[in-house]
Amino acid sequence: MNYKRPKADVVIIGLGWSGSTMAEELTRAGLNVVAIERGAWRETSTSFPTTRDPDELSGSVRKEILQAPVTETYTVRNKVGQTALPLRKYHNLTLGNNVGGAGTHWAGASWRWLPFDHQPHTHVMQRYGAGQLVDGLILQDWGVTYDDLEPFYDRFEKIAGTSGTAGVINGQRQPGGNPFEGSRSGPFPTPALERSRANVLFTQAATRLGYNPFPVPSAMIGAPYTNALGLNLAPCTYCGYCQLYGCGNWSKSSPNICILPVLMQRTNFTLVTECEVLRINTTPDKKMATGVTFIDSDGNTGEQPADIVITATFTLDNTRLMLLSGISTPYDVASGQGVVGRAFTFQTLSWAFMFFENEYMNPFMNTGALATQIDDFNGDNFDHTGLGFIGGAGIQSLSNQGLPIGMAGLLPKGSPQWGKGWKQAFQRGYQNYAQIQGQGTSFAHREQFLDLDPTYKDRYGRPLLRITFDYNENDRRSGRFIRDRCVEIAREMGATEVGGDSFADRPYSGYTPWDSSHVQGGVTMGEDPRTSVQNRYQQNWDIPNLFVIGASSFPNNAGYNPTVVVGATTLWTAKAIIDQYIRNPGPLVRL
Amino acid sequence: MKRRDVMKGGLVLLATTTLASIYKPAYSRTYVGGTGMWKAAPPPPLSVVDPTRLVYLTPQEARLVGAVFDILIPADELGMGATEAGCVTFLDHQLAGPYGSAAKDYRLGPVVEGLPQQGPQGIMTPAEMYRTGLAELEHAAHAEFNKSFLDLSEEQKITFLKGVEGGTISFDTLKSDQFFVLMLQNVREGYLADPMYGGNRDMVGWKLVGFPGAIYDYRDWIVSKRGKKIDVHPVSLLGRA
Repeated sequence: MNYKRPKADVVIIGLGWSGSTMAEELTRAGLNVVAIERGAWRETSTSFPTTRDPDELSGSVRKEILQAPVTETYTVRNKVGQTALPLRKYHNLTLGNNVGGAGTHWAGASWRWLPFDHQPHTHVMQRYGAGQLVDGLILQDWGVTYDDLEPFYDRFEKIAGTSGTAGVINGQRQPGGNPFEGSRSGPFPTPALERSRANVLFTQAATRLGYNPFPVPSAMIGAPYTNALGLNLAPCTYCGYCQLYGCGNWSKSSPNICILPVLMQRTNFTLVTECEVLRINTTPDKKMATGVTFIDSDGNTGEQPADIVITATFTLDNTRLMLLSGISTPYDVASGQGVVGRAFTFQTLSWAFMFFENEYMNPFMNTGALATQIDDFNGDNFDHTGLGFIGGAGIQSLSNQGLPIGMAGLLPKGSPQWGKGWKQAFQRGYQNYAQIQGQGTSFAHREQFLDLDPTYKDRYGRPLLRITFDYNENDRRSGRFIRDRCVEIAREMGATEVGGDSFADRPYSGYTPWDSSHVQGGVTMGEDPRTSVQNRYQQNWDIPNLFVIGASSFPNNAGYNPTVVVGATTLWTAKAIIDQYIRNPGPLVRL
Repeated sequence: MKRRDVMKGGLVLLATTTLASIYKPAYSRTYVGGTGMWKAAPPPPLSVVDPTRLVYLTPQEARLVGAVFDILIPADELGMGATEAGCVTFLDHQLAGPYGSAAKDYRLGPVVEGLPQQGPQGIMTPAEMYRTGLAELEHAAHAEFNKSFLDLSEEQKITFLKGVEGGTISFDTLKSDQFFVLMLQNVREGYLADPMYGGNRDMVGWKLVGFPGAIYDYRDWIVSKRGKKIDVHPVSLLGRA
């Protein structure tokens, strides 16, 4: 049975961080908004009650909070010519499956990106020239700069209650913060949390080596705080159940605690849950979007007409929805033409894994983003002349895991993985393990892209999204360089055993342990319709009432986590819709 | 909306109300802002595993997997072995539930063996892997030693399992090394998961490494116990079980 809902001013697909941030702005401006979400409703105090302990098996191991591959998955291959195969089991892309999206279960690292990361092309050409780029690398500016985004970064941090220590305020260096960060208009809303034992050892070692350690900005609230929407957030208690868990303590920024309690009071807001949008509808000439078609839990098809369509699903699903809806030109790897699915990026991880003697790391006292970092080798904060690559990584001591099943295989070199020897090694390793992550940049490449799989289908018979990705030469060079820096610091920390790894030295896999969940691009924003799907306001170049928001808009990935940038660019787009588009519907950028 | 679709659905449409407000699908919900009707369903109540009966494994399978598990995590001065800690009970209940039936996996075809980095492509469920794998393991033990795995000496069991782990002792219908990885993962889960799931008796696995369980608030200790030993009785979902 098919049905049609009453027309809305705006339909938003997906109610994670970007969707709920957008919905709050637009409903406050008086627009009638309907959000359609594939997952179920989640309300903090009932869904994640503090009266019930979290447990590792259901959370981190069985991953019950995540979207399951049976619901939707992706196919992966490393290069053209290979057959892409589906990710059949839970993989590294930790997808949300509820109202709040991945924002409910995320780890919480809360970064503004560097000015460089928003204008990499301009910076690299000015400092090094095109000779610095490896063959096939795609480098382009976003069309929006750090300075454009600063007020929106500030606003989003004040919604999220972000904790941290500022490094630069109004151009003035601040003690203890990141000296390389873009200038801030004010301090973080809440102070940085206390450091772990591993963080302290890292800080001492990095300082001795002449680097500039600082606390990683975090979604774990540093002090009681009333956010920009009037909601009360509570200080984090370091319980250690952040990533893959909802926080019932009102201590981890999420749409569920920072936005939804306000949004759900607005009579001009309607939320439709457990309905999956199948396609964006357009006029026959594809000049305007007319709404969306969705399928409900009983298999009925519904239509939601709207004057504005905003797609706010996960990065990969934003791209897939564009391809399934036949909107804008798909990227063609052979010719290099087309835009949807182009400029897909991942994250280039390097690590130092280390063991100490007779330590008490007490790894269970942690948060998902309890980390101390140096940015001395991130972005373009160091001279790349002669290095043969661009970018780098945030290098951090990361204290985010202390749950025993997940640590049962983390043993000093040569230890048996079972038997009596395993018990002894695990007992020693558990308290003596520490890690340094190099969370590296990822730049787009001509041969990294997304398109529809020719073979595998979802539960409704629609093609799955196909990922064609392998690390490029820039990743391999930067990854090894960063790995060596991680290892140097680990040795300086006094670890008795240090192992280094650069994931880019092996083919990309969706199952590499300790790998990232960050993917970007596919529906990029930019300055030129030949190389981007959307203009600087995340407005489709062809269809002015269609906005695709989220990390799918980013043409490159930084040596950071993406969430706060998603929030800031969403607020930037919301303002453009409210102040410009509503008054004068049409393209916000005219070429 | 077409009127004939409504009639076919057996519903009478009143006035111009949208059908969405009349028709109620099983799970899909509509929440209208400001109405306050948005309380979530609480998580399902905790249910403790009953260790007195098997729910998936046969008694023979349970004995066999218990013998394997006790080699993987043996009893010694650091604590009880896997079977005594309840790891077989844990596994049995896991296999009987959604984990055992691979309910969350993508299982549509075609099933094609890929490159290692493309991840597991087989669609055999964990429950099926144990049913087949344990029979294969016993068969291979007979072929190697002419007796049941249960009757091997501890040394023979260790040697045999190393062969399974390394793939030198191979199975016909599934990969022996993959089955070994599955057993090792599951026995660790049983030894280290909350006791509510049937294993980790007396929180033996947590005491082995000093994991205190789910403690709600570490603010008093994050600085004062930094780098120092913390002596605390662990807490499980069952309380101080």
